[in-house]
Amino acid sequence: MSYHTSIWPLAAVLISLLGAIPIMLSDRRPNLRESWTILIAFTKVMIVASMLPTVLNGGGFVFTIAEVIPNVPIELRVDAMGMFFALVASILWLFTSLYSIGYMRALDEHDQTRYFASFAVAISATLGVAFSANLLTLYLFYEMLSLSTYPLVTHHNDAEAKTSGRKYLTYILGTSIGLALPAMLIVYSFAGTLDFKIGGILAGTGATPQTLALVLILFLFGFAKAGLMPFHGWLPAAMVAPTPVSAFLHGVAVVKVGVFSILRVIFHIFGPDLLFEVNLGVVITTIASITILTASLVALTQDNLKRRLAYSTIGQLAYMILGAGMLTAAGMTGGLLHIAMHAFGKITLFFCAGAIYVAAGKKYISQMDGLGRRMPLTYLAFMLGSISIIGMPPLGGFISKWNLVIGAVNGDQLILLLVLLTSTLLNAAYFMPIVYRGFFAKAADPVFDEGIKEAPLFCLVPLLATACASMTLFFYPDIFLRLAKLALFP
Amino acid sequence: MTTSNLHMYVMAVPLITAMFVNMLGRISPKYVAPLTLGALGFSSLASLGVLRQVLEYGGYSYTVGNWAPPMGIELVIDPLSALMLLLISVVSLLATLSALPMVAKEQAGKEHLFFTLYLILIAGLMGLVMTGDAFNLYVLLEITSITTYGLIAMGKGRAPLASFNYVIMGSVGACFYLLGVGYLYILTGSLNMADIASILPQLGGGAAVATALGFILVGLWIKMALFPLHGWLPNAYSLAPTGAGLLVAPLMTKVSIYLMIRVMFSVFGADYLFVQNPLVQSGMVWLASAGIICASCMALAQRNLKRMLTYIIVAEVGYMVGGVWLANSIGMTGAILHIVNDALMTLCLFLVVAAIAYRTGSLEFDNLRGIYKRMPITMAAFTVGAFSMIGVPPTAGFFSKWYLILGGIEAGHWEYVIALLFSSLINAVLFFRIIEIAYFDGRGEQGKIQRDEAPLIMQGPLVLTAVALIAIGLGSGPLVQGIIKLALPAGF
Repeated sequence: MSYHTSIWPLAAVLISLLGAIPIMLSDRRPNLRESWTILIAFTKVMIVASMLPTVLNGGGFVFTIAEVIPNVPIELRVDAMGMFFALVASILWLFTSLYSIGYMRALDEHDQTRYFASFAVAISATLGVAFSANLLTLYLFYEMLSLSTYPLVTHHNDAEAKTSGRKYLTYILGTSIGLALPAMLIVYSFAGTLDFKIGGILAGTGATPQTLALVLILFLFGFAKAGLMPFHGWLPAAMVAPTPVSAFLHGVAVVKVGVFSILRVIFHIFGPDLLFEVNLGVVITTIASITILTASLVALTQDNLKRRLAYSTIGQLAYMILGAGMLTAAGMTGGLLHIAMHAFGKITLFFCAGAIYVAAGKKYISQMDGLGRRMPLTYLAFMLGSISIIGMPPLGGFISKWNLVIGAVNGDQLILLLVLLTSTLLNAAYFMPIVYRGFFAKAADPVFDEGIKEAPLFCLVPLLATACASMTLFFYPDIFLRLAKLALFP
Repeated sequence: MTTSNLHMYVMAVPLITAMFVNMLGRISPKYVAPLTLGALGFSSLASLGVLRQVLEYGGYSYTVGNWAPPMGIELVIDPLSALMLLLISVVSLLATLSALPMVAKEQAGKEHLFFTLYLILIAGLMGLVMTGDAFNLYVLLEITSITTYGLIAMGKGRAPLASFNYVIMGSVGACFYLLGVGYLYILTGSLNMADIASILPQLGGGAAVATALGFILVGLWIKMALFPLHGWLPNAYSLAPTGAGLLVAPLMTKVSIYLMIRVMFSVFGADYLFVQNPLVQSGMVWLASAGIICASCMALAQRNLKRMLTYIIVAEVGYMVGGVWLANSIGMTGAILHIVNDALMTLCLFLVVAAIAYRTGSLEFDNLRGIYKRMPITMAAFTVGAFSMIGVPPTAGFFSKWYLILGGIEAGHWEYVIALLFSSLINAVLFFRIIEIAYFDGRGEQGKIQRDEAPLIMQGPLVLTAVALIAIGLGSGPLVQGIIKLALPAGF
């Protein structure tokens, strides 16, 4: 595989970071400020998309920012796996930007400039993680994401927001400094490099299986954004943030950055062969399975819609790690694909939750009976998103789940098959009643039957668009499938 | 080899200017600022020249007054001392910019006295990093200590008491050092470091050499406030006048660590220290680790920004001492890089302290509510300094910590690795606690908070230091490869 030196990876990362400056300068002029947000989001998608053809042809781009540590520069590299994630993140950011405008204005939120500026930094960091050429660069952007999302979690400035912010930082920063950083240093002391390489860099370095197991566990929990239990507590707490933040950051960017980091480590630091050799896949799948089942069960008990979505996210994130831990071709492909499929589905669901809050002011599922008759389009989108998460055709989630099932069968890991099936049933159990009761139950509030009243267009259009995209991915998953294959088996 | 004597000017100009500051300052305080800034500006440029010379032509030694060593005083200018020289002059220049308005406010009418001591202290620090003579080192150590006592005693309230406490502890430390040098003189008949180093191996160790080493090291540890000998530091530094804290806090402990490196490797040698006495070596790493953990915990208990920072300084001393005693080149690289980084991080945070003190007069946490709205630029710089202390890439603090932890892993000293990680986490708690108070509290109370930034002369160095922290972080590759690799003591 050949990489050209190019400024484009840097441009893709920097555009939104630099974009934070005009956003902050347009503090007093909301229309101008939001135009900047949209313009930057759109340009970002274009830059990422312009690099896509080269990557699909097996090429890539590289840009070195600074030589900081021997053999470990701060370097950006666009490869298939990075492109995969960058594509998902930048497209969904565009939708989220539109949605944010509708949501924040409808609720007349305070400190909108800080909100949009932090958001811009966060998406920069997300693309930085996607395009990182080595673990150090990834760590740098990972921390940047943690710090830039802190003001978003504490957006409401009240006691609850501050407590959640503290919890967020404790889990995210605490684990990355306390667990991921030493793991990275141990890898460096064995391998002398931190470069992401197909097949890994740890094979043949003389690291004992015990050391490898320790490092693996440090990484799995150290990247706590992936929400593996017992380091998942920050995600439900972070739901105090405004809904677009929950939707994009805690449905897509932040949590997927965690998963992406873990997958990078599994695929390109350890390498599946090494993990298979020392039989460490079982460590990954065990932790992931426990998380999947527990999170799905807890989700059933949540009445707050966003919290239910949060627990559902925790379970779904563990699917991706589970797939990677199977160490079979289909399993790993399924794990990676699920990043994209889940992202489109889950962001739809969060958008719907936000739209419901904006249009009806409801947060709790028990108060939403009959609301589907008032907001039919929103509920339709919610249903499509749910089906995608459950993993049924004709939505994107089916593709990744199908691969996961094949992966479990190919690897003779029937217990994992059982985990997947149980979880699917649980997913249906915690999503379908919401849709059913929304359309058919007796209205919790008589006003629900008094005609249709949807959220503002800026909210409604993005959520319908992501729902449609989620369905499109079932019929045309080719780009993501090809990128996943390229990332794993070049 | 070069015959340059540029380094003499680096030290002499502040020293001589001190006299003029004293004399002309009596006539009018308006002479103080141009004289002080001029002298330090010159020193900064000249020390940059010295560093470039050393990097190009290699280190050299210089005999003062042409008296040949071992009788005469020898100055040694190698990459490490040239780097320290540059660090001292640049940090003191930046500190002075902010100290000038601060002193005019806090010590009005005594500016000339303050800056006389201030400049002598800087000249003394510069002498310390250049000298190649063990006794001369003692003399300079006393010069810096006595000027510091004076500066601290100029503070308000309990400052004279804190200074007195420091006088006692500092004098004990100096006595220990002098006793050690006495032992060495009896053993070798010489006071020149290189000379002693060439004679010592022939003596084959023994109790007398060990005693000399013990006395010298304990003396220096008191001066650098290594846990558990740190008792004097928090009071002395937090009660000192803000202007004095600006200079003393970033530089004093770091120069003491440089002195420890100098004495350890230019006099006793790595072989004697690490190979012949492995127990001492690993014991020191344990002590440093314990110091890091204890000092971090004590920092947690503070409710005043300045006092909290003083405990962080004590913890950071543990970082560097541990790095030096890890006895491998990565740890040593980390220690030296951390001397540079920590000096700048501490400077950055003390500049913030000065800016806040200038505007509000109080550094209690309770008085920092909503300060982000009031002083956004100051607090932005604070955030960068805080991230560097926590060790968030790409700030400078991350990279020195990287080398230190890696050195700990290579040496198998896991207690040190754990102590560093623990301290990073505690720092995260410490600083985010302040960020939370300063950012989220006090919003909406008592109407809108007015923007009220520190004067430009205080903001300038602040912003510059914050930018330098990121620039040094990104440039740490060339810095390590181009300078610090050359500055490692022989045997690494």
